[in-house]
Amino acid sequence: MSDPLLPRPDQPDRPAGTEKSSVFPSADSGMGGLETHDMIVGEDLRETEPMASASIEVIDREKPRSLWQDAWRDLRRNWIFWVSAAIIALLLVMTVWPSLFTSLDPLSCDLSKSQAGAESGHPFGFDTQGCDVYARTVYGTRNSIIVGVFTTLGVTVLGVVLGGLAGFYGGWWDSVLSRITDIFFGIPLLLGAIVFLSSVTSGGVWVVVGFLSLFGWPQVARIARGSVITAKQQDYVTAARALGAGSKRIMVRHILPNAAAPIIVVATILLGTFISLEATLSFLGVGLRPPAVSWGIDISAAVQGFRNAPHMLFYPAGALSITVLAFIMLGDAVREALDPKLR
Amino acid sequence: MGRYVIRRLLQMIPVFIGTTFLIFFMVYSLGDPVAAFFAGKAPNPAVAAQIRHQLWLDRPLWAQYLHYMAGVFRGDFGTSFNGTPVSTLMANAFPITIRLAIIAFLFEMIFGIGLGVASGLRRGKLTDTLVLLFTLVVISIPVFVIGYLAQYFLGVKWGVISPSVSFGAPWNELIVPGIVLGSTSLAYVARLTRTTVAENSRADFVRTAVAKGLPRRRVISNHLLRNSLIPVVTFLGTDLGALMGGALVTERIFNIQGVGYNLYQGIVTQNTPTVVGFVTVLVIIYLVANLLVDLLYAVLDPRIRYV
Repeated sequence: MSDPLLPRPDQPDRPAGTEKSSVFPSADSGMGGLETHDMIVGEDLRETEPMASASIEVIDREKPRSLWQDAWRDLRRNWIFWVSAAIIALLLVMTVWPSLFTSLDPLSCDLSKSQAGAESGHPFGFDTQGCDVYARTVYGTRNSIIVGVFTTLGVTVLGVVLGGLAGFYGGWWDSVLSRITDIFFGIPLLLGAIVFLSSVTSGGVWVVVGFLSLFGWPQVARIARGSVITAKQQDYVTAARALGAGSKRIMVRHILPNAAAPIIVVATILLGTFISLEATLSFLGVGLRPPAVSWGIDISAAVQGFRNAPHMLFYPAGALSITVLAFIMLGDAVREALDPKLR
Repeated sequence: MGRYVIRRLLQMIPVFIGTTFLIFFMVYSLGDPVAAFFAGKAPNPAVAAQIRHQLWLDRPLWAQYLHYMAGVFRGDFGTSFNGTPVSTLMANAFPITIRLAIIAFLFEMIFGIGLGVASGLRRGKLTDTLVLLFTLVVISIPVFVIGYLAQYFLGVKWGVISPSVSFGAPWNELIVPGIVLGSTSLAYVARLTRTTVAENSRADFVRTAVAKGLPRRRVISNHLLRNSLIPVVTFLGTDLGALMGGALVTERIFNIQGVGYNLYQGIVTQNTPTVVGFVTVLVIIYLVANLLVDLLYAVLDPRIRYV
């Protein structure tokens, strides 16, 4: 399928007078390398295509919609989508401008208020160190969202490139890339993260993002590979190739848009799980480390004394759960809109 | 089928080598075990060199890896830094964690599939909505929060269970930790079952079964369920990985001295042989489980033919 010797569309035409160029008197660049057998198929297509498209216009008066327009129509009617989108919008604002929500500094604490309950100006009370729980909950949003969003980006890029290449080229590429995928898939994510992050001494956000991307991509790669293989066998890809499109063009213009739906669905759902994973790692003491402000760190600190002051645990845990819930609900809504099987 | 099994086994060899080497690389090249040995104090260079030599640390990484792997195949996982052979630690830890995992697996399979079938057969009804809401909530609350809530309410406030599991971890004390460990997977199993049941209940073979007058129970158990469980079985294979990670958290909360507990202690104290040994075994279990799942496919779905 993927013959690199296939001529690119911008190659000059064959000299006039040969049989092939006489079949197509107009410029049919890129057909030069094809066999006559393929040419006949191409000829048929050319002759029947205008008729077919004309008749469709007569029958179907409604404007044809693409998968994405269809999905957007479905999404707009889904209340789950709007609820989760509203929560996510709020979280994003909190990520960028936490000071809009609280004037307090999450790191300036007053030990005399240790584990004190709610009071005026401090709706969520204080933690063991006497820090304001509300301020810490608001400021903790940033790290969670950064880890979630950027890990998902990293995982998607790596997974789409590696899985897509494996699916598109098949054969030798596929075997090698699939084995590499299997190797990374063979290490359970949380287990690998704990081993790796405990041996790295600096526990910044970007270390966590980098590691989770490095070990999280196989899930996306497998799905990308599958959907690229499905898309590759479609008629429009054969048609594009018959028209002389190169591998790169077919990949970017024809396969990628058609294979994207399942990848987007997985990526949205993964976003929530990455946020949860970051909290788990920070909770275990290997993810983010103090003085970073993270819900996982706060929950881990709250555990020591939450029998006396349960509010220290409930607010960060609640914020974490709501965030994960919002992203998973969004993923659910997107899947329902994009998956034709569920219609 | 036989050829497929052989091919899968052959494919597993590079994956096994790659995965174990990756773990080996992460643990040995990123941290310094000898520094951990001396708890941060500066060791006598001669002593340090002697320890390095004994532990093969003065040789290149690939030689260390080969040396270690040669030991693994003889059942020797090295000696932990406090003198106990890692295989002894494993012999103590694995029975406990296997018990915990069995409880979690049974719980998530029985209740997950049950809930999934119940809601998939009544798509759009109240049961369905309730199950969906319940699973969403369970998925979004991290395991460690569920664990602490269960420990607080069941163990401390109401006194139903003892808040921490006693030494030896008898079955009855592991029930609540097992449920906590399996809770997230329960939600995934329920949702997955719901989707496939809802899809298959409109399939032709179900309509035929109903049309030829089979009782509803038989249609569901023999025709619908058997076809719907294929993706669920795949999920259970990969889920083993999640359970391993989850066991680390659950065992820490309930003070269960199993694999997760040992592994966590090993990581905290930079006890490299313990960490590498446990992780290697877990990865082997994970790889074998996924291979078994692939082979189980053919049993469950005769349409799949392997060449």
